[in-house]
Amino acid sequence: MLHYLLFFIFAGVCLAGALFFLFQRHPVNSALSLIVVMGSLAALFLMLGAEFVAAVQVIVYAGAVMVLFIFVIMLLNAGEEERTRGSKVALILGVPGLIVFFCLMYWTLALPRSQVGHVSIGDFYVSTQQLGIALFREFLLPFEVTSVLVLIAIMGAVVLARRERH
Amino acid sequence: MSLTAYILIAIIKLAILLWLLLTAVAYIVLMERKVIARMQNRWGPTRVGPFGLLQPLADGIKFILKEDVIPDNVYKPLYVAAPMIALILSLVSISLIPFGGQWHIGHYHVPLEMTAFWTGSGIQDINIGLLIILGITSIGVYGVALSGWSSNSKYSLLGSLRAGAQLISYELALGLSLVGVLLLAGSLSLRQIVDGQSGSIFHWNFFGGWQFIAFFIYIMAAYAETNRIPFDLPEAETELVAGYHTEYSAMKFAMFFMAEYCNMVTVACLATLLFFGGWHSPFEGLALPVPDIWLAISPLFWFFIKIFVFIFVYIWIRATLPRFRYDQLMAFGWKFLLPLSIANIVVTSFVLAVRS
Repeated sequence: MLHYLLFFIFAGVCLAGALFFLFQRHPVNSALSLIVVMGSLAALFLMLGAEFVAAVQVIVYAGAVMVLFIFVIMLLNAGEEERTRGSKVALILGVPGLIVFFCLMYWTLALPRSQVGHVSIGDFYVSTQQLGIALFREFLLPFEVTSVLVLIAIMGAVVLARRERH
Repeated sequence: MSLTAYILIAIIKLAILLWLLLTAVAYIVLMERKVIARMQNRWGPTRVGPFGLLQPLADGIKFILKEDVIPDNVYKPLYVAAPMIALILSLVSISLIPFGGQWHIGHYHVPLEMTAFWTGSGIQDINIGLLIILGITSIGVYGVALSGWSSNSKYSLLGSLRAGAQLISYELALGLSLVGVLLLAGSLSLRQIVDGQSGSIFHWNFFGGWQFIAFFIYIMAAYAETNRIPFDLPEAETELVAGYHTEYSAMKFAMFFMAEYCNMVTVACLATLLFFGGWHSPFEGLALPVPDIWLAISPLFWFFIKIFVFIFVYIWIRATLPRFRYDQLMAFGWKFLLPLSIANIVVTSFVLAVRS
């Protein structure tokens, strides 16, 4: 019972934050609502039993990535966005896309429960130790490939930042 | 344990902890003023009460009664929220600190920690406690960053930009310096980390675990995280008036002030738990003849002694060292502390691998 209550609270906060993010016109407010979304996502991860992922979500995304977002907004002193009259591409592609999405959602939810399969809260409890073992034994190659990807991104950033000196 | 008893115990613990923390913060401020004054051949506050002991009370009354000026051009929602974010986050993190084993009161087992309870056979605490404290500290940046931005003043903005860059840079070194301890303990639960260091002084991570390099990295990064001298660039008064809290007055300023000192206490607690054996006595295992009542009090006694020493060192350093220049600060964090902490991880894990 408590689980359902917590799930609906955090899912609701998450959705509210996402909507707030879209409708806010001030960049700092948008960034702050994105932090709320990430925080409530971390709570949802925690309820599924992924404690390490939840903590990392807060430390890395809410605590470091979003600080850089806010840093850039502060540095550029970005003011309020101007309202545009909306783009045609968004109208032509977006509305059918949205309809298809909702149809899919409805179709999935309308399936009988036996076909969908079900998950209850706490099914996937993974301790940090188990996660580490899985990451460094079974998934070592993808892990290393990801780290190479991150390295490339860092080098790209350095190259872009240094270009003006020459 | 029935639900009412559980909730009642939690509320009592919460009340005691909050009272203790806020009183400690008030008297750390007094201690800082007194100790620095003595180091500079002055007396410090002496007028209010005996030896100036009622000075924190006078300060508190002054903060509450002062006019709360809100400048015209601030962005009000965030201007009001920023000090609250800073204070609340610094108060929350203390609830994850274990102060000792447990007390038996009547037929209740009461663990000396806010977020732990007795399961019937053992103490259950949060098993990623350390990560949660790191998460709370990393979110604490927003109090500083938003206050500077929302104040709409160039000094505040520069202060919070500096704070943002500094906190992100030193958070890496801080997090990596703790990895050595985690490797030794094999757990993220603060209680288990402390239990791994029981025994005499030579079982503490600082001495027995050879983590002194990690400790010095941690303490330097933590000084930077709490904006203290020599890393107090965000509030450098010679350049930025008062940095990010320039535009704040009365109770809102006091909130930032309290948040800074609460963070100091948390840093001291973490240093004690991770490197200096937590509540364990340095003479453990010597079988000294001690009365039973001492066994109940000794964890708290040793814990508070250790925290006191760390706070004193904080103040001592403030009276001793000058401030870094900004480029020196960044170079020190990225080019010295970070590689050193990575080297510490490599060496520690190598030794552990060889030993096992």
